[in-house]
Amino acid sequence: MIHSLFLINHTGDIFLEKHWKSVISRSVCDYFFEAKEKAGDPENVPPVLQTPHHYLITIYRGKLFLLSVIQTEVPPLFVIEFLHRVADTFQDYFGECSEGVIKDNVVTVYELLEEMLDNGFPLATESNVLKEMIKPPNILRSVVNTLTGSSNVGDTLPTGQLSNIPWRRAGVKYTNNEAYFDVIEEIDAILDKSGTTVFAEIQGVIEACVRLTGMPDLTLSFMNPRLLDDVSFHPCVRFKRWEAERVLSFIPPDGNFTLMTYHVSSQNLVAIPVYVKQSISFFESGSCGRLDITLGPKQTMGKMVEGLTVTIHMPKTVLSANLTATQGNYTYDLATKVLVWDIGKLNPQKLPNLKGSLSVQAGAPKPEENPSLNIGLKIQQLAISGLKVSRLDMYGEKYKPFKGVKYVTKAGKFQVRT
Amino acid sequence: MEVGFSVGAVRTVLASAENLQLTLKTELSQEEQALTNTNSNPKDAEKAGLIVFSGLRNEDLKEMLESNKESHKLEAMKRVVGLIAKGKNASELFPAVVKNVASKNIELKKLVYVYLVRYAEEQQDLALLSISTFQRALKDPNQFIRASALRVLSSIRVPIIVPIMMLAIKEAAADLSPYVRKTSAHAIQKLYSLDADQKEQLIEVIEKLLKDKSTLVAGSVVMAFEEVCPDRIDLIHKNYRKLCNLLVDVEEWGQVVIISMLTRYARTQFTSPWKEDAVFDENNEKAFYDSDSEEKKGQTESKPYIMDPDHRLLLRNTKPLLQSRNTAVVMSVAQLYWHLAPKHEVSIVTKSLVRLLRSHREVQYIVLQNIATMSIQRKGMFEPFMKSFYVRSTDATHIKTLKLEILTNLANEANISTILREFQTYVKSQDKAFAAATIQAIGRCATNISEVTDTCLNGLVLLLSNRDETVVAESVVVIKKLLQTQPTQHSEIIKHMAKLFDNITVPMARASILWLMGEYCERVPKIAPDVLRKMAKTFTTEEDIVKLQTVNLAAKLYLTNSKQTKLLTQYILNLGKYDQNYDIRDRTRFIRQLIVPNEKSGALNKYARRILLAPKPAPVLESAFKDRDRFQLGTLSHSLNIKATGYQELSDWPAVAPDQSVRNVEVIEPVKEWAPLVGKAKQPKSDDKFYSDEEEEKDEEESESSGSDDSSSSSSSSSSSSSEGLFYDFMLPCELHDTDSTSLLSLYLFINLLLCLSAQSQVTTPSFSPVKTYELLHHMSGKGLAAKYHFPRQPCLYQPNMVAVQVILTNCSDHSLEEIHIGDRSPASLNIHCFNTIERLEPEASVTVSMGIDFSDSTQAANFQLCTKTDQFSVSIQPAVGELLMPSSMTEEEFCKDQGKLLGMNETSATITMATANTSSLAINKQLLSVANVGVVSSSQNNIHRFAGRTVSSGALVLVSLELRESSTALLTINTEKSIMASMLLRDLKQALAMA
Repeated sequence: MIHSLFLINHTGDIFLEKHWKSVISRSVCDYFFEAKEKAGDPENVPPVLQTPHHYLITIYRGKLFLLSVIQTEVPPLFVIEFLHRVADTFQDYFGECSEGVIKDNVVTVYELLEEMLDNGFPLATESNVLKEMIKPPNILRSVVNTLTGSSNVGDTLPTGQLSNIPWRRAGVKYTNNEAYFDVIEEIDAILDKSGTTVFAEIQGVIEACVRLTGMPDLTLSFMNPRLLDDVSFHPCVRFKRWEAERVLSFIPPDGNFTLMTYHVSSQNLVAIPVYVKQSISFFESGSCGRLDITLGPKQTMGKMVEGLTVTIHMPKTVLSANLTATQGNYTYDLATKVLVWDIGKLNPQKLPNLKGSLSVQAGAPKPEENPSLNIGLKIQQLAISGLKVSRLDMYGEKYKPFKGVKYVTKAGKFQVRT
Repeated sequence: MEVGFSVGAVRTVLASAENLQLTLKTELSQEEQALTNTNSNPKDAEKAGLIVFSGLRNEDLKEMLESNKESHKLEAMKRVVGLIAKGKNASELFPAVVKNVASKNIELKKLVYVYLVRYAEEQQDLALLSISTFQRALKDPNQFIRASALRVLSSIRVPIIVPIMMLAIKEAAADLSPYVRKTSAHAIQKLYSLDADQKEQLIEVIEKLLKDKSTLVAGSVVMAFEEVCPDRIDLIHKNYRKLCNLLVDVEEWGQVVIISMLTRYARTQFTSPWKEDAVFDENNEKAFYDSDSEEKKGQTESKPYIMDPDHRLLLRNTKPLLQSRNTAVVMSVAQLYWHLAPKHEVSIVTKSLVRLLRSHREVQYIVLQNIATMSIQRKGMFEPFMKSFYVRSTDATHIKTLKLEILTNLANEANISTILREFQTYVKSQDKAFAAATIQAIGRCATNISEVTDTCLNGLVLLLSNRDETVVAESVVVIKKLLQTQPTQHSEIIKHMAKLFDNITVPMARASILWLMGEYCERVPKIAPDVLRKMAKTFTTEEDIVKLQTVNLAAKLYLTNSKQTKLLTQYILNLGKYDQNYDIRDRTRFIRQLIVPNEKSGALNKYARRILLAPKPAPVLESAFKDRDRFQLGTLSHSLNIKATGYQELSDWPAVAPDQSVRNVEVIEPVKEWAPLVGKAKQPKSDDKFYSDEEEEKDEEESESSGSDDSSSSSSSSSSSSSEGLFYDFMLPCELHDTDSTSLLSLYLFINLLLCLSAQSQVTTPSFSPVKTYELLHHMSGKGLAAKYHFPRQPCLYQPNMVAVQVILTNCSDHSLEEIHIGDRSPASLNIHCFNTIERLEPEASVTVSMGIDFSDSTQAANFQLCTKTDQFSVSIQPAVGELLMPSSMTEEEFCKDQGKLLGMNETSATITMATANTSSLAINKQLLSVANVGVVSSSQNNIHRFAGRTVSSGALVLVSLELRESSTALLTINTEKSIMASMLLRDLKQALAMA
């Protein structure tokens, strides 16, 4: 399936290669570079490319390209999903997935890649299994290793590998047993010029952090599971019980994981927490423009809106911005033409406003379209859909765990057209 | 010595630091000095970002590898792996590395493995040195070591060791550890790619591993199967059901592979579920009744489609995987449904696919491609989710284009205004390539939906004054196409475009305008020659495509308006004659011969006008994804729209399903749990399929319980307590789901079975039950509603003293009928169990409902009203007397004893004449049973036939005996308390037996 993998940084240097079958020359990447050149923006490079003898499937993450070489027919999503899993694993091991950390940990990376694929077919992709085979690096261990000569690599088969629950290892022990669940909801919305909602929906995810001894069997139930329209689960969740009783029953993986993602039924009206009053205009003559944006609270359910940001991708001809913000700071990146206004908390008494002029390249025609605004925000202690966890029960173990649920609402792809 | 050497190796920058180190450590022994040095040195070098000459470094590494300290070896190996990772050549170190293959240190060993696998192909002889180590490790008690030894051994691409690999694979395939067996499945592919001659032997191993029950092995072995022998579909038969059942528990990558293999398999083994989608369910139901009541009747009807239970099994077991977090799994289930499921079931995948659009950009790209293909054929699937395809300014260009494609596919009369409004926003986008694509999309909407053609055209004309060149150019091209579809009355637009001509520089747009001028030159007789004049001036500087159109325009004008344009045309043709591009020279020469009459041109010249000015068919604007459906969805080939290496075509459905029994396995399956029960029940039609069908239906009700364990346990538990109470328990859900035909069906079958268990001693099921259908309501008098009824001769589900009647309602009108129900009845005391109201019956559709009527053992007709929302029709059911009976089983002795009690008044007898054909006992039974619902009593005398039954309502015994006499006469005797019934029955029987 996956023949080779090349890691390429955004400037186009290949800094790591791994082959699972016979060696393929790195010159195969030239086709990719060609496509990259043509696309301009790295995001615009087509993920699937064809070369005379191979197929290239690429993902772009964290300013890195993970390029896999394929020789025969394979579902492209299979490869894409796997590559993202590789990037996730790096993130999990090293805290980030960047050129720097990969270069620093090249041996661990190589060992990981070796375990993740056998002859191009995924072998072990569960983080728990991998961590038993190859220990994540940390300072203490590297000191111990140099002193004792012991290694990072386990010599027994991880227990998860053999069982039906590969996501959990045996013999987990904690002194403090705790299970935390974060219900995070994101509002995806498109608002038009006048502030009317063109499209809005809520996507939710339940992130869990479970540190429990032994083999606990958890059941999480909701007050209003009917809200959930479409769901996808971590493999640990028993689908049958969900279908029958609408509860999540599972033996959790150890540590952090995504328990489920859900989509809130589209029939429900979506509360839009803020409104935006904006006017952006460019003048036909005089090579300048004016910008005036005010934000205010709309349906916040009595909660504080925090982390408010406005990001605007300005037209290429905008040279600089001379603005004043009544609250927060703004930055204008000349290279990428991105204006970011970081507001922070939204004060309903004193609405934040950003006002001023934009200078446009002399002689350039007036931009056709006004740039759209991307809003970022966060509301603590609120799931905007109204979803509530009613209880968490544990079976299979005797101790009393500490349990906690947190709700957060964020703006997802929240766009205001102007 | 070594110290000096390495100091020399490093650049002077480091020299001072190193010296310092040396002085600090003078008290260490010579050897240790060397080691500390090599240990720390390169690290510093790396930190300082210096380039170390690799030749020298290799020497260094070699020494480290050959040292006798594990930590140094490990350090060296890490460096070597670092070199490999960077793509540098480290093959020189092979001898030094291979020595460490037997190291005790597991990490060192693994790194050596990495190295070996990378370079063994280049250094085959040396690689052989390591083989014995692996052979030893293959026998290691630790499964992990056995597995990794096999992994490396099979990854060493050295042809000489093929026999060793083969042996190792065979052994590992029989290993106790599933993990080792999994590794052996992987090794199969490696060996196959190394030496394809081993195929036959490898297939044997695959066959063996396919039988494996471990979820760990399943995915890997199917992968090997796909790689080595994808055409050996026969290997799958026996494992098909197992694979389906294991699927949920297989790891996610294996699921993808198995699902795609099973998709292919299913297309070769099952018949198409797409033939008669709409009536599919009804058909299914009928088939059940047929087999239930009379096998022979099925022959007269055309064979209805029944989904193979194995086909259903696959669909059912893959459905939960739509909820997988792995996008590849979701996609593969979606494609399975697309290619295998009945049309009306495909839409369950929609939500999940739309969910994937929240995932990474690359995932979106692939999913959108697939949705684009699906949305062409099935608009309805994605229309409710139209807004999910709205474009955001932050989307990548290829995502935007795909979303646009889908929105265009989804456009219809109802939503076009919304979509066009959305498109208006997109046209203004800063991403000009996307804006251009939007204009194309508007063009497509305009041609597809005639209501909006004019609106679109006007909108596009407005865009002609846009400042952006690409937008204008694209609009011109699209307007050209639109005008071509309806050229009348658009000369204004053409004039407008002619005015714009000077400002447009994009070649394609210029060429389009020129073409329009030429094509409709008679509508703009003044402007066209002027445009040609301008073109003559700039001809030499134009792009090729514009030049070609200029030549065309010149030719067309020459033919229509030669007075004004003759000279211009000559001039342009002369320019064209000496153009650099041979296409243009060619075209010029051709045109000149065609239009300018001379002696050589001959006959063609006469037709020049007809050739050049022929009416041209309008181009069809269609989706780029139109022919993508020739590829299986979700594949690489589909994504690239080109057949990828190793792509396996999906075969068409077979016309006739291949033998289903090939998938039967001897292993005990849930089906077998029914076996003892079946024996006890003596149900004559109890083959396996029957039960698996039933199980399946039940399962569906239980909303996808994946394992068959549940259903079998529940059914066995209920059947173990086959009491009257249970019987009624099951009645309730049956009533509730009356309209839900499938659930009703399964209950019928189930209850039938229970009845056989519980009531066998008193009442037997009829061994033979012909169906006579009577008309209840003719469609002429019923305003399109037709109703027929028959007596299924089943015990009535609702009350034991009722006669079961099945009514088949058919809508023969051209509109749907609503709220079909039973209204007033007469006599008012008549006890009828009505069917539930049928909310809606579509034209041509029919539905079978069952009701129960208590006739109180009289043949008086049951009158009632059959009502629809608007009408009421009085109908009546008049039962034949034989239908008021239930068969009763008894021995000959009991029969005689009971007969003795029913003499005198209670006995009716007559001598009858029988048709000669009816004298055999078989024929007598048949004739008699067709009239009356009675049971055959086994008889010791050949000339006496006995039958026993009870009246349904009061349970009075009805005994029929037929004593054959000479010359086809017989004495027919009926003993029962119900004398009126007796005489009526006698009349009916007499008639039946006299008939041939």
